[in-house]
Amino acid sequence: MTTTQAIISCRNLTKVYRMGDQEVRALDGVDLDIHEGEFVAIMGPSGSGKSSLMNLIGALDRPTSGEMWINGRALSEMSRDELADLRNETLGFVFQQFNLLARQDAFQNVRLPLRYARKDIGDMDARAKECLELVGLGTRMDHRPMQLSGGQQQRVAIARALSNRPRILLADEPTGALDSKTTVEIMHLMQDLNRQGITVVVITHENEVAEYARRQIHFRDGKIETDSAHPELKRASGG
Amino acid sequence: MKVGLAATSAAEALFSNPLRSLLTMLGIIIGVASVMVMMSIGEGAKAQIEAQISSVGTNVLNLQPGSMNRGGRNHGGGSARPFNEADISAIGQLSFVEEVTGTLSGQANAVSEETNWTTTIQGGTSSFFSVNNWPAVEGRIFTEQEVQGGAAVALLGKTAATNLFPRGDALGQRIRVNGVPIEIIGILETKGQSGGGGMGRDRDDIIVAPLSMVRNRVTGGNRWVSRHVSNIQVLVQDGYDVIEAQDELATIMRERRRVEPGAQDNFSVINFADMIKQRAAVAENMSMLLAFTAAVSLIVGGVGVMNIMLVSVTERTREIGLRMAVGARGGDILLQFLVEAVVLCTLGGLIGMAIGWVGVYAYAQIAAAPMLVSPIIIATALGAAASVGLIFGFFPARRAAQLDPIQALRYD
Repeated sequence: MTTTQAIISCRNLTKVYRMGDQEVRALDGVDLDIHEGEFVAIMGPSGSGKSSLMNLIGALDRPTSGEMWINGRALSEMSRDELADLRNETLGFVFQQFNLLARQDAFQNVRLPLRYARKDIGDMDARAKECLELVGLGTRMDHRPMQLSGGQQQRVAIARALSNRPRILLADEPTGALDSKTTVEIMHLMQDLNRQGITVVVITHENEVAEYARRQIHFRDGKIETDSAHPELKRASGG
Repeated sequence: MKVGLAATSAAEALFSNPLRSLLTMLGIIIGVASVMVMMSIGEGAKAQIEAQISSVGTNVLNLQPGSMNRGGRNHGGGSARPFNEADISAIGQLSFVEEVTGTLSGQANAVSEETNWTTTIQGGTSSFFSVNNWPAVEGRIFTEQEVQGGAAVALLGKTAATNLFPRGDALGQRIRVNGVPIEIIGILETKGQSGGGGMGRDRDDIIVAPLSMVRNRVTGGNRWVSRHVSNIQVLVQDGYDVIEAQDELATIMRERRRVEPGAQDNFSVINFADMIKQRAAVAENMSMLLAFTAAVSLIVGGVGVMNIMLVSVTERTREIGLRMAVGARGGDILLQFLVEAVVLCTLGGLIGMAIGWVGVYAYAQIAAAPMLVSPIIIATALGAAASVGLIFGFFPARRAAQLDPIQALRYD
């Protein structure tokens, strides 16, 4: 395992939360490499540390100790603004609760990340339109979230995540609020995107969802329990 | 994110809750409206006073029969013995006197070939025009010979000229004033309204003619004083202290009018410019005080804005978290909320200005004062509103910018 090949790389990653005078080790010395083009499902019961891992990979939070690299850059050396730029340029987020801006229509929601882009990205409107068409909502661009179904809202969220052409798509329980039929649609969409070369990391506790991924990683008590890419590991943390 | 985009999303945010935005703006609206009204009244009073000073001249002293108390109110003015032409020549001998003229005025029923017009006729010597800084714009002023000889000539003020000769061909024409035929030899420069507080009098509604002619043929003489004049105007030489001149004139007039030592003057020497300046100082202080009060209401408005912006930041914590997740830097969030506060306050400022404008207009109507809304006042009022937004919006905006992305996203 080398850090240079992997698009996401974690070494001895530890996250400790303080709850009153109790310490909770959400992540406990995790080593993990995810390579470009992978479709990874991160699974585990609640409290297993999968959401903490997601926050760290998403550059939204900093680890208590350990180091991680995204795209070859060590996150510990980056400032708040640099992390913001990394989220903007390299990462796309999809949340369980969609997190769309209620007052803005689908088109404006998708365009949101483009407004924070530091680099010149040309025609923002064309890009946003293109992304909405990609998720099959080309005809609903002026609809507000309230006027869209759950599945459609999640598609808008995916289009928003794609608008900056990220290399990594991070999805935190993307189908948690959706029915089974819509779940299939959304996961197929994720597969399509993965085929186009985007690295997809999905956090889920549902086996049906995890099956769409080519690699499944199970977490328990802040450690990797099993990793389908490394069947030799069994509750190992050193790699 | 560019400021323009921030302004657009700020406007969206404000219009999404119009009632709350309006209530928040109320303090700013009231503040800006009152700043504007106060400044306009102050400016208007100042402009009026300046115009008066320039029209009376800063070194002109006015002698009136009768005493005058300190407040400038006339006590039985005119009931005392009038001055006469000997007084004028005596004053003319004084070293500090540049020019001196006597005046005598009365009502004039003027008749031209076209129409008639009731106005005021003012008698004066040939110095009248230089003392009052009142040149002829057409024709000429009358000469000392014409004054001595009692020539039936006159100059018309603009208003009198327009009313008597609507076609504008007054020069060289004849009019009859109280039955006396008089030739128009000149038209005077426009002076405008006099006095303040709505007591304005059109100073251009006047006929100016030689003193002796006016006394002998129009207003009539005085039973006890021959060659009398009602007022004397003195132009003090440049560089001579006007206050000192005032004292010296008083001393001389006491002698001439045989006022016993210790007795009250039976005349007064008035320095109009000085009186006006004193009034100006009072007006200045007053408008400063009012502007300060208005500024306080702006600050109170600013606190309201800060309060509502803090509420807004709390309410939109998740939105902030999301914006950060998709790549907004702290600076972007700071800018967004700062622009929102500034837009809120500027909008309030604009509404306040509209209301202030109505207030100034109403005041101008009621007090018959000039309506003065200068660009400086507008810039000050708007600038003050925007600054309030900037100052009081900064703390909430910084709080938003410093939120932790993950905690903001999880907030509910």
